[in-house]
Amino acid sequence: MYRQMVMIRHFDELALQLLETGQIHGVVHPYCGQEAIAVGVCANLRTTDRIVSNHRGHGHCIAKGADINRMMAELFGRRDGYCKGKGGSMHIADFEVGMLGANGIVGAGLPIAAGAAVAAQLEGSDSVAVGFFGDGATGEGPFHESLNISALMKLPVIWVCENNQFAAETPVAAGLAPDNVADLAAGYGMPGALIDGNDVLAVYAAAQDAVERARSGMGPSLLECKTWRRYNHAHRGAPPPDRRPVDLKAYWQARDPIPAFERYLQQRGFLTSDQMADVGLSIDQDLAEAVAFADASPYPNPEEALEDVFA
Amino acid sequence: MTTLTYAAALDTAMAEEMRRDPRVYTMATSPSAALLAEYGPMRVKRMPISEATMTGIAVGSAGCGYRPVVHWGSVTFAFMAFDQVVNQASKIRYMFGGQRDFPIVFRARYGNGTRSAAQHSQTGYALYAHLAGLKVVLPSGAADAKGLLKSAIRDNNPVVCFEPSRCDPLEEEALAGDEDTLVPIGVASVKRPGSDVTVVALGYMVYPALAAAEALAAEGTSVEVIDPRTLVPLDVETIRQSIRKTGRLIVVDESAPTCSMASEIIASVAEDWQCCRMLRAPMRRVCMPAVPVPFSPPLEDFVLPDQTRIASAVRDVLGYTNG
Repeated sequence: MYRQMVMIRHFDELALQLLETGQIHGVVHPYCGQEAIAVGVCANLRTTDRIVSNHRGHGHCIAKGADINRMMAELFGRRDGYCKGKGGSMHIADFEVGMLGANGIVGAGLPIAAGAAVAAQLEGSDSVAVGFFGDGATGEGPFHESLNISALMKLPVIWVCENNQFAAETPVAAGLAPDNVADLAAGYGMPGALIDGNDVLAVYAAAQDAVERARSGMGPSLLECKTWRRYNHAHRGAPPPDRRPVDLKAYWQARDPIPAFERYLQQRGFLTSDQMADVGLSIDQDLAEAVAFADASPYPNPEEALEDVFA
Repeated sequence: MTTLTYAAALDTAMAEEMRRDPRVYTMATSPSAALLAEYGPMRVKRMPISEATMTGIAVGSAGCGYRPVVHWGSVTFAFMAFDQVVNQASKIRYMFGGQRDFPIVFRARYGNGTRSAAQHSQTGYALYAHLAGLKVVLPSGAADAKGLLKSAIRDNNPVVCFEPSRCDPLEEEALAGDEDTLVPIGVASVKRPGSDVTVVALGYMVYPALAAAEALAAEGTSVEVIDPRTLVPLDVETIRQSIRKTGRLIVVDESAPTCSMASEIIASVAEDWQCCRMLRAPMRRVCMPAVPVPFSPPLEDFVLPDQTRIASAVRDVLGYTNG
């Protein structure tokens, strides 16, 4: 889990650098600061379980076991990218590892995750589906429809709200009537939990309960993980100004999930600071190789724009 | 000789394809009782009135290897699910580089001519035809309805099947052949051969077009009536061939004319020089005026194309003599 968290952090910080230097194009929604959620949830999943992500999807991809070389090649717009250069940062998917795609439309992933849970039910398997979404998605109708339908059909799905407290620039309180997203669970007849989303062990434990519940046919759960994104909502070239309140930012950045987990690992004697430094170095080595892989991969031929529309 | 109504033909297609392939399942707010009795609630899902989520469930489960058929009821309700079609179903295969196929059928009725007023009387198919990544079929008769819906269910892409309500009670000889007899997607049907004017008629409009052709035959005018049956991919070649013979084209589409399928069909003909050289009259759309469909019978009858308007358009294009 620690290695994955650091990988996500370094991957996205590298992606932001590459964006600034113009090596990757378009827009990146960095997952930095929210690593404990994707990692804590996905540590409970099997390859045959499926997840659906949102626009901030790199962390979910890495936590579900996607290949960083092919992710990086997709950011570079190259042929060896996951989507052969047709998707980019916001649309990475790896169906082989059960990552059913990032999605540029807020709230649109929930119905698709419900579809993956319906598939698990039709298979008669004990696979589960996870729908990751932000606090902003709670304003969308399909969020409420999906919660209702999942409870009605007892779907094996775990709804994971990554509440980073700002829907782009709008604070949660300005967009949601109840105090907490988790409060909505009761209305739909499913368990809801409010979790410190920066504590990977707390996320892991809550997700473990929810996954077990889903696997045993008891239906959906809603986990609200309170967190903070370290960077802006979206980055395109030079970073835009961060308009979130300074005191709130200081409060949350002091609660960064990675140093918090490092303190725990050190105190319990699981990892020394040298060992953690080695993890960081080996990740940077892997990322350097991913960039080399992406850079060596050719751009698709322009005519390939006409392929893959239909089967 | 067995005959089947349009509505029964669609039901038969569903039942046969569900029998043939266990991956086919269906979701509807009001599912067919016969299907529910035969296949049970796992494969015939009664859904709450949540079109967007029903549609997204289809996308998600199709990506996991299932072949959902979503019955939107009327296309009117399908607009609640427009995001899941525009941004997800039509683009997802492409955006993900073809990693998976998304075999989904969306069924949408439309109620023009049934005194149902503006919301329930709009064809909508041009909106869906506009989206790259969807196939669109529009059968007018029972045999085509059965054969095209079966083809749509077996197709590995999202297909929207439009079903004019006015066709429901129409009876036709059943599709000849066994359960594997299909009507291919993308092939038009020449409903009546003729040599003077080509009339391309969409959906229910095939019937007033055939009636007009019959009446005009008595005046010595030979009208060829073509039913495209599939809007995407459109069988342009069958239409072009007809115009190379007749030199005159009328497209009958009970939709508002702006950016309509009628416009698209005329554009496809206009881009072909062999057709343009043969034209003896301007190509003509017989559409609705650009108004929502009104309720009251004299109002609705005034805006929808009918046999009289089609016949009058035919006489009009025959009046050009410089060919």
